[in-house]
Amino acid sequence: MTTGVLELRRVSKTYLDGADEVHALREVDLTVEPGRMVAVMGPSGSGKSTLLTIAGALETPTAGEVLVGGHPLGPMSRDDRARLRRRAIGYVFQDFNLLPGLTAAENVALPLELDGLSAGKARTAGLRALAELGLADRASRFPDQLSGGERQRVAIARAVVGDRRLLLADEPTGALDSANGEAVMRLILTACKRGLGAVVVTHDAQLASWADRVVFIRDGRIVDRTAPRPGPDSLLAGEPAR
Amino acid sequence: MSIRHALLALLSEGPKYGLQLREEFEARTCEVWPLNVGQVYTTLQRLERDGLVESNDEGDAGPQKGFRITAGGAEELAGWLRTPPDLASPPRDELVIKVLIAVRLPGVDVHEVIQAHRRYLVELMQQWTRLKEEEGDVDLGLGLVVDAELYRLDSVVRWLDTADGRIRRAAFDPPAPVSAPVPQIRRRAGVRR
Repeated sequence: MTTGVLELRRVSKTYLDGADEVHALREVDLTVEPGRMVAVMGPSGSGKSTLLTIAGALETPTAGEVLVGGHPLGPMSRDDRARLRRRAIGYVFQDFNLLPGLTAAENVALPLELDGLSAGKARTAGLRALAELGLADRASRFPDQLSGGERQRVAIARAVVGDRRLLLADEPTGALDSANGEAVMRLILTACKRGLGAVVVTHDAQLASWADRVVFIRDGRIVDRTAPRPGPDSLLAGEPAR
Repeated sequence: MSIRHALLALLSEGPKYGLQLREEFEARTCEVWPLNVGQVYTTLQRLERDGLVESNDEGDAGPQKGFRITAGGAEELAGWLRTPPDLASPPRDELVIKVLIAVRLPGVDVHEVIQAHRRYLVELMQQWTRLKEEEGDVDLGLGLVVDAELYRLDSVVRWLDTADGRIRRAAFDPPAPVSAPVPQIRRRAGVRR
């Protein structure tokens, strides 16, 4: 049996809003295999962001189990969970979330340094990640000296640097034009081809269509999923034009 | 798809043979619109009859017969390129009609109907995106075709999302009956109350 980089098993999350219970997630099952991109598509308020924060060990579920790289998060201590978050999971947000006082290279190296790697080694790994995303010449620029597309590429470099296994992205192209959005999706796909598993949550069908699988979420429940992705050849066998 | 104007466009680059025209047509449309030989020659005969192309001999249109565009043909092509397609009247869209029916039909969960179509459209978009991922950067023509399909399908998904939300809101807060005269657009769209 293949272990997913991420497994959610009957995960539920309930919040209390005053006296009312809000069911943000209801018995969600989801497995992301290494090398695969899964898109979670749903309208706002459907629970897709909650799913991402629980998958990223930023929140704990009310019921059910979350495994990252085969390790169940439930029994872990706070410190262990935090270490796993730093080492194994990368995050990409719509608004990039780069630290304005740090250069691109410093932003990318930061999670490695926080994890105890020496500044020199972290910097080398950071520069390599930037170079792989075509940003070698932007390494010493500050975020406000970069375009939106470049900032998101730096954020992806930060999310995949080191030994990450899981990439979690929340509307990663939301603030970008279509060309930059496409470039970002190609980078996430490249990261997946190197063995990372990725979850992209979005309401945008064009963005979701980059994924190997799309699951549809509504009122906290996964209501539907796409069939395994067929090859593009099926599109070219059309009827002759009239 | 106007084969007529596509052939005129190919001939505006210089004289070509029938077979060559067919091959180039398919190459330019990235084989998304395969043509059969008969369609090419029938269309060329009509273009010649209308004085928009000229051929180099009197025989039947065949693979070895050469064609060139006339001044009239060039004018026709220039006019066609700039003529907007008819997007003004709402088409009798099958999907819109299905949702309109599903929303009124007892025992049918319209949201489930909408989701079935949404899933199908996203699966189709995944196939187009895969094509773009593999070849779109290499082939400009293909990239343009794929983008057009993705935006077209995306607009349908957006409409489904909007319809889904509108129907949910209407269930909680039904819209007041309209007493105003039936506007023109309602009749054109084929919507009956």
